Amino acid sequence: MSTGSNLERVLKNGAFAVTSECGPPRGADPEVVKKKGEFLKGYVDCVNVTDNQTSVVRMSSFSACLILKEMGFDPIMQMVCRDRNRIAIQSDILGAAALGVNNLLCLSGDHQKFGDHAAAKNVYDIDSIQLIQTVKRMRDEGKFLSGEEVKGKPNIFIGCAENPFADPFEIRALRLAKKLAAGAQFVQTQCVFNVEKFEKWMEMVRDLGLHEKVYILAGITPMKSIGMARYMKNSVPGMDVPGNLMKRLQDVPKENIANEGIKIAVETIDRVKNIKGVAGIHIMAIEWEQIVPEIVKQAKLYPRPTVP
Amino acid sequence: MIVANRKPFEEIIKMLKPYSKILLLGCNECVTVCATGGSKEVAVLASEIRLFRQKEGRPVEIKEVTLERNCDSEYVANLKEFIDEYEVVMSMACGCGIQFVGENYLHKVVMPAVNTTFEGVTEQHGVWSERCQGCGNCILDRTLGVCPVTRCAKSILNGPCGGSQEGKCEINKDVPCGWQLIIDRYKEMNMMEKYLEIQPIKDWSSGRDGGPRKRVREDLEI
Repeated sequence: MSTGSNLERVLKNGAFAVTSECGPPRGADPEVVKKKGEFLKGYVDCVNVTDNQTSVVRMSSFSACLILKEMGFDPIMQMVCRDRNRIAIQSDILGAAALGVNNLLCLSGDHQKFGDHAAAKNVYDIDSIQLIQTVKRMRDEGKFLSGEEVKGKPNIFIGCAENPFADPFEIRALRLAKKLAAGAQFVQTQCVFNVEKFEKWMEMVRDLGLHEKVYILAGITPMKSIGMARYMKNSVPGMDVPGNLMKRLQDVPKENIANEGIKIAVETIDRVKNIKGVAGIHIMAIEWEQIVPEIVKQAKLYPRPTVP
Repeated sequence: MIVANRKPFEEIIKMLKPYSKILLLGCNECVTVCATGGSKEVAVLASEIRLFRQKEGRPVEIKEVTLERNCDSEYVANLKEFIDEYEVVMSMACGCGIQFVGENYLHKVVMPAVNTTFEGVTEQHGVWSERCQGCGNCILDRTLGVCPVTRCAKSILNGPCGGSQEGKCEINKDVPCGWQLIIDRYKEMNMMEKYLEIQPIKDWSSGRDGGPRKRVREDLEI
Protein backbone atom coordinates (compact mmCIF):
# COMPACT_ATOMS: atom_id res chain seq x y z
CA MET A 1 0.00 0.00 0.00
CA SER A 2 1.20 3.47 -0.80
CA THR A 3 1.19 6.42 1.52
CA GLY A 4 0.46 9.99 0.52
CA SER A 5 4.18 10.71 0.39
CA ASN A 6 5.45 12.65 -2.60
CA LEU A 7 8.89 11.19 -1.99
CA GLU A 8 7.47 7.70 -2.23
CA ARG A 9 5.74 8.57 -5.53
CA VAL A 10 8.89 10.09 -7.01
CA LEU A 11 11.02 7.12 -5.96
CA LYS A 12 8.52 4.51 -7.13
CA ASN A 13 8.33 6.31 -10.43
CA GLY A 14 12.06 5.76 -10.84
CA ALA A 15 13.09 9.41 -10.71
CA PHE A 16 16.30 10.47 -8.96
CA ALA A 17 14.92 12.02 -5.78
CA VAL A 18 16.00 15.28 -4.17
CA THR A 19 15.26 16.07 -0.57
CA SER A 20 16.59 18.83 1.59
CA GLU A 21 16.44 19.98 5.12
CA CYS A 22 15.02 22.78 7.17
CA GLY A 23 16.29 23.37 10.69
CA PRO A 24 13.55 25.03 12.79
CA PRO A 25 14.39 28.27 14.59
CA ARG A 26 15.27 28.79 18.22
CA GLY A 27 12.09 30.71 18.80
CA ALA A 28 8.39 30.83 18.08
CA ASP A 29 8.55 32.91 14.88
CA PRO A 30 6.93 30.95 12.03
CA GLU A 31 8.34 33.41 9.47
CA VAL A 32 11.81 31.87 9.85
CA VAL A 33 10.46 28.51 8.71
CA LYS A 34 8.49 30.12 5.89
CA LYS A 35 11.55 32.00 4.70
CA LYS A 36 13.60 28.83 4.58
CA GLY A 37 10.71 27.13 2.82
CA GLU A 38 10.57 29.82 0.15
CA PHE A 39 14.18 29.09 -0.78
CA LEU A 40 13.43 25.40 -1.31
CA LYS A 41 10.07 25.64 -3.04
CA GLY A 42 10.03 23.78 -6.34
CA TYR A 43 13.56 22.44 -5.93
CA VAL A 44 12.96 19.45 -3.69
CA ASP A 45 10.55 16.52 -3.54
CA CYS A 46 10.36 16.54 0.21
CA VAL A 47 11.86 18.55 3.03
CA ASN A 48 13.19 17.09 6.27
CA VAL A 49 12.49 18.97 9.44
CA THR A 50 15.07 18.27 12.10
CA ASP A 51 14.13 17.36 15.66
CA ASN A 52 16.18 19.43 18.10
CA GLN A 53 19.35 18.55 16.22
CA THR A 54 22.60 18.49 18.18
CA SER A 55 20.36 18.56 21.26
CA VAL A 56 19.78 22.29 20.98
CA VAL A 57 16.22 23.34 21.80
CA ARG A 58 14.32 24.52 18.74
CA MET A 59 10.76 24.80 17.53
CA SER A 60 9.33 21.28 17.39
CA SER A 61 9.74 19.35 14.18
CA PHE A 62 6.02 18.65 14.12
CA SER A 63 5.07 22.35 14.19
CA ALA A 64 7.61 23.35 11.55
CA CYS A 65 6.34 20.45 9.41
CA LEU A 66 2.83 21.89 9.55
CA ILE A 67 4.06 25.36 8.57
CA LEU A 68 5.83 23.83 5.56
CA LYS A 69 2.82 21.65 4.76
CA GLU A 70 0.68 24.78 4.53
CA MET A 71 3.19 26.12 2.00
CA GLY A 72 2.63 23.06 -0.17
CA PHE A 73 5.60 20.97 0.90
CA ASP A 74 5.53 17.28 1.73
CA PRO A 75 7.56 17.37 4.95
CA ILE A 76 9.58 14.54 6.44
CA MET A 77 9.22 14.73 10.19
CA GLN A 78 12.39 13.70 11.97
CA MET A 79 11.91 11.98 15.29
CA VAL A 80 14.62 11.17 17.78
CA CYS A 81 14.38 8.67 20.61
CA ARG A 82 16.30 10.90 23.01
CA ASP A 83 13.40 12.98 24.26
CA ARG A 84 10.31 10.78 24.20
CA ASN A 85 9.23 7.49 25.67
CA ARG A 86 7.05 5.01 23.77
CA ILE A 87 3.88 6.74 24.96
CA ALA A 88 4.90 10.15 23.58
CA ILE A 89 6.37 8.61 20.43
CA GLN A 90 3.19 6.78 19.48
CA SER A 91 1.08 9.78 20.38
CA ASP A 92 3.18 12.10 18.20
CA ILE A 93 3.03 9.62 15.30
CA LEU A 94 -0.77 9.66 15.48
CA GLY A 95 -0.87 13.43 15.72
CA ALA A 96 1.47 13.92 12.79
CA ALA A 97 -0.43 11.46 10.60
CA ALA A 98 -3.74 13.07 11.53
CA LEU A 99 -2.50 16.44 10.27
CA GLY A 100 -1.14 15.08 7.02
CA VAL A 101 2.52 14.38 7.72
CA ASN A 102 3.30 11.50 5.37
CA ASN A 103 6.93 10.79 6.15
CA LEU A 104 8.82 9.98 9.32
CA LEU A 105 12.57 9.71 9.70
CA CYS A 106 13.46 7.50 12.66
CA LEU A 107 16.62 8.49 14.52
CA SER A 108 18.41 7.80 17.80
CA GLY A 109 19.33 11.46 18.18
CA ASP A 110 22.53 13.15 19.27
CA HIS A 111 23.39 12.75 22.92
CA GLN A 112 22.23 15.72 24.99
CA LYS A 113 25.84 16.39 25.93
CA PHE A 114 26.28 18.24 22.61
CA GLY A 115 23.52 20.73 23.15
CA ASP A 116 22.62 23.64 25.36
CA HIS A 117 20.89 21.45 27.95
CA ALA A 118 23.63 19.00 28.85
CA ALA A 119 22.12 18.53 32.31
CA ALA A 120 18.97 17.00 30.83
CA LYS A 121 17.86 13.44 31.47
CA ASN A 122 17.65 11.36 28.31
CA VAL A 123 14.93 8.86 27.55
CA TYR A 124 15.98 6.21 25.00
CA ASP A 125 13.06 4.00 25.97
CA ILE A 126 13.35 2.53 22.47
CA ASP A 127 16.09 2.92 19.85
CA SER A 128 15.88 4.01 16.22
CA ILE A 129 15.45 0.45 14.89
CA GLN A 130 12.69 -0.21 17.41
CA LEU A 131 11.12 3.13 16.42
CA ILE A 132 10.96 1.89 12.81
CA GLN A 133 9.28 -1.28 14.07
CA THR A 134 6.84 0.80 16.10
CA VAL A 135 5.69 2.92 13.15
CA LYS A 136 5.42 -0.13 10.91
CA ARG A 137 3.40 -2.01 13.49
CA MET A 138 1.01 0.90 13.99
CA ARG A 139 0.61 1.35 10.23
CA ASP A 140 0.51 -2.23 8.96
CA GLU A 141 -0.91 -4.17 11.88
CA GLY A 142 -2.91 -1.36 13.41
CA LYS A 143 -1.43 -2.18 16.80
CA PHE A 144 0.20 -0.11 19.49
CA LEU A 145 3.28 -1.55 21.20
CA SER A 146 0.96 -2.67 23.99
CA GLY A 147 -0.96 -4.80 21.49
CA GLU A 148 -4.04 -2.61 21.71
CA GLU A 149 -5.77 -1.63 18.50
CA VAL A 150 -4.95 1.64 16.73
CA LYS A 151 -8.23 3.12 15.57
CA GLY A 152 -7.23 4.95 12.41
CA LYS A 153 -3.84 3.74 11.24
CA PRO A 154 -1.08 6.27 10.57
CA ASN A 155 -0.23 5.92 6.88
CA ILE A 156 3.40 6.88 6.95
CA PHE A 157 6.38 6.39 4.61
CA ILE A 158 9.13 5.14 6.90
CA GLY A 159 12.66 6.45 6.69
CA CYS A 160 15.86 6.03 8.59
CA ALA A 161 19.41 7.34 8.55
CA GLU A 162 22.67 5.48 8.33
CA ASN A 163 26.20 6.69 8.68
CA PRO A 164 28.58 4.85 6.32
CA PHE A 165 31.47 6.76 7.88
CA ALA A 166 30.98 5.69 11.48
CA ASP A 167 32.71 2.71 13.03
CA PRO A 168 32.91 -0.21 12.98
CA PHE A 169 32.73 0.12 9.20
CA GLU A 170 32.14 -3.59 8.57
CA ILE A 171 28.70 -3.54 10.22
CA ARG A 172 27.43 -0.36 8.58
CA ALA A 173 25.72 -2.24 5.73
CA LEU A 174 24.49 -4.93 8.13
CA ARG A 175 22.98 -2.24 10.30
CA LEU A 176 21.07 -0.94 7.29
CA ALA A 177 19.89 -4.52 6.73
CA LYS A 178 18.51 -4.51 10.28
CA LYS A 179 16.72 -1.23 9.66
CA LEU A 180 15.27 -2.60 6.47
CA ALA A 181 14.13 -5.75 8.25
CA ALA A 182 12.51 -3.52 10.86
CA GLY A 183 10.50 -1.77 8.14
CA ALA A 184 12.50 1.16 6.78
CA GLN A 185 11.60 2.10 3.20
CA PHE A 186 14.11 4.85 2.55
CA VAL A 187 17.42 5.84 4.04
CA GLN A 188 19.20 9.17 4.06
CA THR A 189 22.91 8.86 4.70
CA GLN A 190 25.28 11.03 6.68
CA CYS A 191 27.02 13.74 4.59
CA VAL A 192 29.19 12.18 1.90
CA PHE A 193 32.57 13.90 1.71
CA ASN A 194 34.63 10.76 1.33
CA VAL A 195 33.13 9.41 -1.90
CA GLU A 196 35.52 6.43 -2.08
CA LYS A 197 34.41 5.20 1.30
CA PHE A 198 30.77 5.74 0.34
CA GLU A 199 31.34 3.68 -2.82
CA LYS A 200 32.80 0.91 -0.69
CA TRP A 201 29.78 1.03 1.62
CA MET A 202 27.42 0.89 -1.37
CA GLU A 203 29.28 -2.16 -2.60
CA MET A 204 28.61 -3.87 0.73
CA VAL A 205 24.99 -2.73 0.52
CA ARG A 206 24.66 -4.22 -2.98
CA ASP A 207 26.33 -7.47 -1.89
CA LEU A 208 23.50 -7.85 0.62
CA GLY A 209 20.95 -6.89 -2.06
CA LEU A 210 19.66 -4.04 0.10
CA HIS A 211 19.63 -1.45 -2.70
CA GLU A 212 16.74 -3.34 -4.30
CA LYS A 213 14.62 -3.19 -1.16
CA VAL A 214 15.25 0.27 0.23
CA TYR A 215 15.65 3.66 -1.46
CA ILE A 216 19.07 5.10 -0.68
CA LEU A 217 19.50 8.88 -0.65
CA ALA A 218 23.08 10.08 -0.36
CA GLY A 219 23.66 12.97 2.03
CA ILE A 220 25.18 16.08 0.45
CA THR A 221 26.46 19.06 2.42
CA PRO A 222 28.06 22.08 0.76
CA MET A 223 30.91 23.61 2.75
CA LYS A 224 30.40 27.30 3.24
CA SER A 225 33.71 28.17 4.86
CA ILE A 226 36.98 26.73 6.11
CA GLY A 227 35.69 27.15 9.65
CA MET A 228 32.67 25.01 8.89
CA ALA A 229 34.79 22.35 7.20
CA ARG A 230 37.14 22.28 10.14
CA TYR A 231 34.24 22.04 12.58
CA MET A 232 32.70 19.18 10.60
CA LYS A 233 36.02 17.39 10.44
CA ASN A 234 37.01 17.76 14.06
CA SER A 235 33.91 18.26 16.14
CA VAL A 236 31.01 16.39 14.58
CA PRO A 237 31.04 12.73 15.61
CA GLY A 238 31.00 10.22 12.77
CA MET A 239 31.91 12.77 10.10
CA ASP A 240 34.61 11.92 7.55
CA VAL A 241 36.06 15.01 5.85
CA PRO A 242 39.12 13.93 3.83
CA GLY A 243 42.28 16.01 3.75
CA ASN A 244 42.10 16.61 -0.02
CA LEU A 245 38.70 18.28 0.37
CA MET A 246 40.09 20.53 3.09
CA LYS A 247 43.01 21.37 0.82
CA ARG A 248 40.76 22.29 -2.11
CA LEU A 249 38.92 24.76 0.07
CA GLN A 250 42.12 26.15 1.53
CA ASP A 251 43.68 26.61 -1.90
CA VAL A 252 41.09 29.06 -3.22
CA PRO A 253 40.92 32.77 -2.28
CA LYS A 254 38.67 33.43 0.70
CA GLU A 255 35.89 35.00 -1.39
CA ASN A 256 35.69 31.88 -3.56
CA ILE A 257 35.47 29.29 -0.78
CA ALA A 258 31.68 29.10 -0.75
CA ASN A 259 31.67 28.69 -4.54
CA GLU A 260 34.25 25.94 -4.28
CA GLY A 261 32.04 24.31 -1.64
CA ILE A 262 29.11 24.37 -4.07
CA LYS A 263 31.31 22.99 -6.84
CA ILE A 264 32.43 20.09 -4.63
CA ALA A 265 28.81 19.38 -3.67
CA VAL A 266 27.74 19.26 -7.33
CA GLU A 267 30.68 17.03 -8.25
CA THR A 268 29.77 14.74 -5.36
CA ILE A 269 26.19 14.55 -6.61
CA ASP A 270 27.44 13.62 -10.11
CA ARG A 271 29.59 10.88 -8.62
CA VAL A 272 26.98 9.36 -6.31
CA LYS A 273 24.36 9.52 -9.09
CA ASN A 274 26.47 7.03 -11.01
CA ILE A 275 26.76 4.57 -8.13
CA LYS A 276 24.43 1.64 -8.65
CA GLY A 277 21.71 1.61 -6.02
CA VAL A 278 21.68 5.32 -5.16
CA ALA A 279 18.11 6.51 -5.63
CA GLY A 280 18.53 10.17 -4.80
CA ILE A 281 20.24 12.80 -2.74
CA HIS A 282 19.49 14.54 0.50
CA ILE A 283 20.96 18.05 0.61
CA MET A 284 21.78 19.27 4.10
CA ALA A 285 22.77 22.91 3.58
CA ILE A 286 23.25 23.79 7.21
CA GLU A 287 21.95 27.33 7.83
CA TRP A 288 22.47 27.87 4.08
CA GLU A 289 19.13 26.74 2.71
CA GLN A 290 19.15 29.52 0.08
CA ILE A 291 21.93 27.74 -1.82
CA VAL A 292 19.91 24.57 -2.44
CA PRO A 293 18.29 25.80 -5.72
CA GLU A 294 21.71 26.60 -7.16
CA ILE A 295 23.03 23.14 -6.31
CA VAL A 296 19.94 21.40 -7.69
CA LYS A 297 20.16 23.41 -10.91
CA GLN A 298 23.88 22.90 -11.34
CA ALA A 299 23.41 19.17 -10.74
CA LYS A 300 20.81 19.18 -13.55
CA LEU A 301 18.12 17.92 -11.21
CA TYR A 302 15.78 20.82 -11.89
CA PRO A 303 12.86 20.92 -12.56
CA ARG A 304 11.57 18.34 -10.14
CA PRO A 305 9.17 15.73 -11.50
CA THR A 306 5.47 15.98 -10.80
CA VAL A 307 4.13 12.53 -10.12
CA PRO A 308 0.40 12.24 -9.66
CA MET B 1 30.56 -2.86 44.02
CA ILE B 2 28.96 0.52 44.60
CA VAL B 3 31.31 3.33 43.68
CA ALA B 4 31.15 6.77 45.28
CA ASN B 5 33.13 10.02 45.21
CA ARG B 6 33.71 12.29 48.14
CA LYS B 7 31.89 15.59 47.95
CA PRO B 8 33.94 18.78 47.76
CA PHE B 9 35.14 19.86 51.19
CA GLU B 10 33.35 23.22 50.90
CA GLU B 11 30.02 21.46 50.50
CA ILE B 12 30.66 19.20 53.49
CA ILE B 13 31.82 22.02 55.75
CA LYS B 14 28.77 24.08 54.80
CA MET B 15 26.44 21.26 55.80
CA LEU B 16 28.21 20.97 59.14
CA LYS B 17 28.11 24.68 59.92
CA PRO B 18 25.42 24.56 62.64
CA TYR B 19 26.96 21.61 64.47
CA SER B 20 29.83 21.11 66.88
CA LYS B 21 29.44 17.44 67.84
CA ILE B 22 29.69 15.22 64.79
CA LEU B 23 29.58 11.50 64.28
CA LEU B 24 31.62 10.79 61.14
CA LEU B 25 30.62 7.46 59.76
CA GLY B 26 32.43 5.19 57.30
CA CYS B 27 31.74 1.76 55.85
CA ASN B 28 34.01 -1.23 55.45
CA GLU B 29 32.37 -2.45 52.25
CA CYS B 30 32.21 -0.92 48.75
CA VAL B 31 33.27 2.60 49.71
CA THR B 32 36.38 1.18 51.34
CA VAL B 33 37.27 -0.72 48.17
CA CYS B 34 36.81 2.38 46.03
CA ALA B 35 38.87 4.41 48.52
CA THR B 36 36.10 6.89 49.30
CA GLY B 37 34.57 6.16 52.68
CA GLY B 38 36.58 3.58 54.59
CA SER B 39 38.28 4.16 57.94
CA LYS B 40 41.24 5.80 56.21
CA GLU B 41 39.09 8.35 54.40
CA VAL B 42 37.06 8.94 57.56
CA ALA B 43 40.28 9.82 59.40
CA VAL B 44 41.41 12.18 56.66
CA LEU B 45 38.07 14.01 56.48
CA ALA B 46 37.89 14.22 60.26
CA SER B 47 41.25 16.00 60.43
CA GLU B 48 40.30 18.33 57.61
CA ILE B 49 37.12 19.33 59.41
CA ARG B 50 38.87 19.71 62.79
CA LEU B 51 41.58 21.87 61.28
CA PHE B 52 39.16 24.08 59.39
CA ARG B 53 36.90 24.63 62.34
CA GLN B 54 39.80 25.26 64.68
CA LYS B 55 41.06 27.98 62.36
CA GLU B 56 37.56 29.43 62.32
CA GLY B 57 37.59 29.52 66.10
CA ARG B 58 34.66 27.09 66.31
CA PRO B 59 36.28 23.76 67.22
CA VAL B 60 34.32 20.54 66.78
CA GLU B 61 34.20 17.19 68.48
CA ILE B 62 34.24 14.34 65.98
CA LYS B 63 33.80 10.67 66.65
CA GLU B 64 35.12 8.49 63.85
CA VAL B 65 33.28 5.21 63.37
CA THR B 66 33.51 2.76 60.49
CA LEU B 67 30.85 0.07 60.45
CA GLU B 68 31.31 -3.33 58.87
CA ARG B 69 28.28 -2.54 56.72
CA ASN B 70 25.83 0.36 56.72
CA CYS B 71 23.17 -1.52 54.77
CA ASP B 72 22.51 -4.16 57.42
CA SER B 73 20.55 -3.58 60.63
CA GLU B 74 22.80 -5.92 62.55
CA TYR B 75 25.76 -3.55 62.15
CA VAL B 76 23.79 -0.32 62.13
CA ALA B 77 22.48 -1.30 65.59
CA ASN B 78 26.01 -0.79 66.93
CA LEU B 79 25.56 2.98 66.69
CA LYS B 80 22.84 2.89 69.33
CA GLU B 81 25.21 3.16 72.27
CA PHE B 82 26.68 6.52 71.37
CA ILE B 83 24.72 8.12 68.48
CA ASP B 84 22.76 10.37 70.85
CA GLU B 85 25.96 11.98 72.10
CA TYR B 86 26.28 13.66 68.70
CA GLU B 87 24.18 16.33 67.06
CA VAL B 88 24.55 15.06 63.55
CA VAL B 89 25.78 12.09 61.52
CA MET B 90 27.96 12.81 58.49
CA SER B 91 28.18 9.60 56.52
CA MET B 92 30.77 8.48 54.01
CA ALA B 93 28.82 5.32 53.17
CA CYS B 94 26.94 4.94 49.90
CA GLY B 95 23.44 6.31 49.41
CA CYS B 96 21.96 3.05 50.72
CA GLY B 97 23.97 3.24 53.92
CA ILE B 98 23.21 6.91 54.50
CA GLN B 99 19.48 6.28 54.19
CA PHE B 100 19.49 3.11 56.21
CA VAL B 101 21.21 4.71 59.19
CA GLY B 102 18.67 7.53 58.96
CA GLU B 103 15.78 5.06 58.90
CA ASN B 104 17.10 3.35 62.01
CA TYR B 105 17.64 6.59 63.95
CA LEU B 106 14.75 8.76 62.86
CA HIS B 107 15.52 11.46 65.44
CA LYS B 108 18.94 12.07 63.89
CA VAL B 109 19.93 14.01 60.80
CA VAL B 110 22.21 11.96 58.55
CA MET B 111 24.09 13.89 55.89
CA PRO B 112 26.02 12.69 52.86
CA ALA B 113 29.75 13.30 52.59
CA VAL B 114 29.90 11.40 49.29
CA ASN B 115 28.08 11.29 45.98
CA THR B 116 27.12 7.73 45.16
CA THR B 117 27.76 7.24 41.47
CA PHE B 118 27.53 3.74 40.04
CA GLU B 119 27.72 -0.04 40.26
CA GLY B 120 31.06 -0.94 38.81
CA VAL B 121 34.40 -2.68 38.90
CA THR B 122 38.01 -1.86 39.72
CA GLU B 123 39.56 -1.78 36.25
CA GLN B 124 42.99 -1.17 37.69
CA HIS B 125 44.39 0.36 40.85
CA GLY B 126 42.67 3.70 41.23
CA VAL B 127 40.34 3.28 38.25
CA TRP B 128 36.71 2.24 38.64
CA SER B 129 34.11 2.09 35.91
CA GLU B 130 30.43 1.35 35.54
CA ARG B 131 29.10 -2.03 34.47
CA CYS B 132 25.49 -2.42 35.62
CA GLN B 133 22.41 -0.24 35.98
CA GLY B 134 20.32 -2.86 37.72
CA CYS B 135 17.61 -2.88 35.05
CA GLY B 136 16.23 -6.09 36.53
CA ASN B 137 16.05 -7.86 33.18
CA CYS B 138 19.52 -9.03 32.17
CA ILE B 139 20.36 -9.53 28.49
CA LEU B 140 24.10 -10.17 28.81
CA ASP B 141 23.65 -13.57 27.13
CA ARG B 142 22.62 -11.80 23.93
CA THR B 143 25.43 -9.28 23.93
CA LEU B 144 28.16 -11.66 25.06
CA GLY B 145 28.79 -10.11 28.43
CA VAL B 146 28.83 -6.42 27.50
CA CYS B 147 25.83 -4.45 28.75
CA PRO B 148 24.43 -2.03 26.15
CA VAL B 149 22.10 -0.47 28.73
CA THR B 150 25.10 0.64 30.79
CA ARG B 151 27.93 0.94 28.34
CA CYS B 152 26.12 2.74 25.54
CA ALA B 153 25.49 6.39 26.45
CA LYS B 154 22.07 6.05 24.82
CA SER B 155 21.33 2.52 26.14
CA ILE B 156 20.69 1.53 22.54
CA LEU B 157 19.81 -2.13 22.19
CA ASN B 158 20.49 -2.20 18.45
CA GLY B 159 23.66 -0.22 18.09
CA PRO B 160 26.05 1.26 17.39
CA CYS B 161 24.64 4.67 16.56
CA GLY B 162 26.25 6.90 13.97
CA GLY B 163 28.48 8.56 16.54
CA SER B 164 30.82 5.63 17.12
CA GLN B 165 34.30 6.47 15.88
CA GLU B 166 37.53 4.53 16.25
CA GLY B 167 35.97 2.49 19.02
CA LYS B 168 34.97 5.53 21.04
CA CYS B 169 31.63 7.00 22.02
CA GLU B 170 30.46 10.33 20.62
CA ILE B 171 30.14 11.82 24.11
CA ASN B 172 33.82 11.53 24.95
CA LYS B 173 36.94 10.11 23.34
CA ASP B 174 37.83 8.45 26.65
CA VAL B 175 34.63 6.41 26.69
CA PRO B 176 34.70 3.15 24.73
CA CYS B 177 31.70 2.62 22.45
CA GLY B 178 29.70 -0.13 24.14
CA TRP B 179 28.53 -1.48 20.81
CA GLN B 180 32.06 -1.63 19.45
CA LEU B 181 32.86 -3.80 22.49
CA ILE B 182 29.86 -6.03 21.78
CA ILE B 183 30.81 -6.42 18.11
CA ASP B 184 34.40 -7.21 19.10
CA ARG B 185 33.03 -10.00 21.30
CA TYR B 186 30.81 -11.34 18.48
CA LYS B 187 33.86 -11.45 16.24
CA GLU B 188 36.09 -13.07 18.84
CA MET B 189 33.49 -15.74 19.47
CA ASN B 190 32.73 -16.19 15.78
CA MET B 191 29.13 -15.24 16.41
CA MET B 192 28.60 -12.26 14.07
CA GLU B 193 25.26 -13.72 12.97
CA LYS B 194 23.97 -12.67 16.40
CA TYR B 195 24.45 -9.05 15.36
CA LEU B 196 21.68 -9.41 12.78
CA GLU B 197 19.07 -10.27 15.41
CA ILE B 198 16.93 -7.26 16.18
CA GLN B 199 16.81 -6.86 19.95
CA PRO B 200 13.20 -6.44 21.00
CA ILE B 201 11.83 -3.41 22.81
CA LYS B 202 12.74 -3.75 26.44
CA ASP B 203 10.39 -4.00 29.37
CA TRP B 204 11.82 -1.36 31.69
CA SER B 205 9.26 -1.99 34.40
CA SER B 206 11.65 -4.33 36.19
CA GLY B 207 14.03 -1.39 36.57
CA ARG B 208 13.81 1.99 38.22
CA ASP B 209 10.90 2.90 35.96
CA GLY B 210 8.67 0.40 37.73
CA GLY B 211 9.10 2.23 41.03
CA PRO B 212 11.22 1.37 44.09
CA ARG B 213 12.07 -2.30 44.03
CA LYS B 214 11.89 -4.88 46.77
CA ARG B 215 12.79 -8.52 46.97
CA VAL B 216 11.26 -10.84 49.55
CA ARG B 217 12.42 -14.40 50.26
CA GLU B 218 9.79 -15.76 52.57
CA ASP B 219 11.83 -18.88 53.30
CA LEU B 220 14.56 -16.69 54.77
CA GLU B 221 12.34 -14.39 56.79
CA ILE B 222 12.43 -14.81 60.55
